[in-house]
Amino acid sequence: MAVANDSSKQAGGLRRRLQVIPFLEIALVAIFVALPMVLDHFWVVFVTRVLILALLGLSFDLVWGYSGILSFGQALFFGAAAYVVALLGRDLDISSMFLALPVAAIVGFALALFMAWFLLLGRTPPSIIFVALGTLTGSYAAERLARGWYYLGGQNGIPSIPAMTVGDFVMYEGVGFYYLALGILLVVYLLCRLMVRSQFGLVLAGIREQEERLTFFGYRVQHFKAVVFSISGAIAGLAGGLYAFHEGFVWPNLMGVILSTQVVLYVLFGGVGTLIGAVIGVAAIEYASFELADRYPEFWPIVLGLLLLLVILFRPTGLVGLFVSDRERVGSFGSKRGKDDGAA
Amino acid sequence: MALLSVQNVVKIFGELTALSGVDFDVAARQFHGLVGPNGSGKSTLMKCIAGAETPTQGSIHFDDADITADPPHRRARHGLSIKFQITSVLPALSVYDNVLMALQARGSTWSLMRSASRAALHDSVMDALDRFRLVDRADDLAGILSHGQQQWLEIAMALAPQPKLLLLDEPTAGMSLEERRVTGELLMPIRDTCSLVIVEHDLDFIRDICDVITVLDQGAVIGSGTVEEIQNNQRVQEVYLSRV
Repeated sequence: MAVANDSSKQAGGLRRRLQVIPFLEIALVAIFVALPMVLDHFWVVFVTRVLILALLGLSFDLVWGYSGILSFGQALFFGAAAYVVALLGRDLDISSMFLALPVAAIVGFALALFMAWFLLLGRTPPSIIFVALGTLTGSYAAERLARGWYYLGGQNGIPSIPAMTVGDFVMYEGVGFYYLALGILLVVYLLCRLMVRSQFGLVLAGIREQEERLTFFGYRVQHFKAVVFSISGAIAGLAGGLYAFHEGFVWPNLMGVILSTQVVLYVLFGGVGTLIGAVIGVAAIEYASFELADRYPEFWPIVLGLLLLLVILFRPTGLVGLFVSDRERVGSFGSKRGKDDGAA
Repeated sequence: MALLSVQNVVKIFGELTALSGVDFDVAARQFHGLVGPNGSGKSTLMKCIAGAETPTQGSIHFDDADITADPPHRRARHGLSIKFQITSVLPALSVYDNVLMALQARGSTWSLMRSASRAALHDSVMDALDRFRLVDRADDLAGILSHGQQQWLEIAMALAPQPKLLLLDEPTAGMSLEERRVTGELLMPIRDTCSLVIVEHDLDFIRDICDVITVLDQGAVIGSGTVEEIQNNQRVQEVYLSRV
């Protein structure tokens, strides 16, 4: 029974909807593009840091928001890649963006694949708690290792990383670095968006909803989870490499539990499973932390904690959930459904 | 040669023997009913066939291959599909995407990332929805469908990949009489392409659509044959038919 050309059936079942997320995305891009024109150097550096951390937020949203893998160890991939970039600069005098950043992404990818092999690719599907504790342990162990290893600088980390070079151009923190970080964030964001809205993204959404059911359709669920986990590791690694160049030094906390937990909060606060929520969450928390630390230096962590608690309790869909319907968050997958159909 | 052959399957959970040496064959394009009192082992047998449980002993052959130790995804790729007793549609996804999920399972990771098969599968998705009267609900979230529609959606999902054998565990549970009648109508056309094993408490429904019935009691087969043979089977009369 062919129904491909029966547009009346399609019109009844597949409807156009007003999408809010694309407006948010365009608005945010416009704001980020314009910001260096109105901000002084201090704030340009601050927002650059936000852009880099937004990459880390995206990596967590990909695994938790879209695939239901609760990774409490994203900082492991971020920090390890940052250390490798620092070592490349310190020991081998390599600071080319075209070499160092791909290496950072590969380090994140390889580490995540290694963790996936342990945590996700067993005979039986692992529980959320097992994966959360496993990644948390990895993050904690890496931080302890960095603190105790003299070659990595111990507690002090590795200072004075050579500035990143792009060809003959030396990229110091400032407007140039800002736009580079924004460009990388945009490319990674678009690739993530394509992925989560593809048929592959549909599988991830199914895994998040009912992992066991998918195996009876013929999916090798653990394989898909390992793939997305490794991709998220690569994004976190890329962010770590950029961060090392931007800050000029690396230290053990970059791999640790505090940053790993912070990433979870970024995404929960901004809106899990939307990608744009990760970017908004990083910007909101980083700005709030800065302002609160300035105004209430003694008890700002308590104020920030309460703020986060309120959002998570009363708005589990995060800040983005204030504007975006549940139906839009679910979205649809793949390219357009048919030539007569406008739903994407 | 049977399409499905279950031989001497035993399943033990701790102290409980759920299945004790079950033999069970399903021919190609046969509709086979599996009935029995509660706790007789029907659902456990279905799970053993689908791969949700591994038999303690015995073997299961499907389409000339020994699938006893195969994981569920491999059985599904071999042409075996199941709808479980508890409705397990993906409630937070659209009705359309639920069916697409079932249809695209054989695509490679790379082709899924490129959404390579999406356009080609569109007609098949709409066809499946049309067959199960869900076209108008295609864009709705599966979680807001009525119970009967969710059951139909799940049958549509199980049938979408064109399996050789479909396992249905109580597909009409919780349905109205009209929905049960329609469900029977919806299942009849699949006989041309697919065999069916169906667990159901509604004996009228089983009588209407099945060629062969197997009766289980306390984990063992106590009778198997045509509807008439089962109705005239003295043991089945005593153990099961007298209770319903």
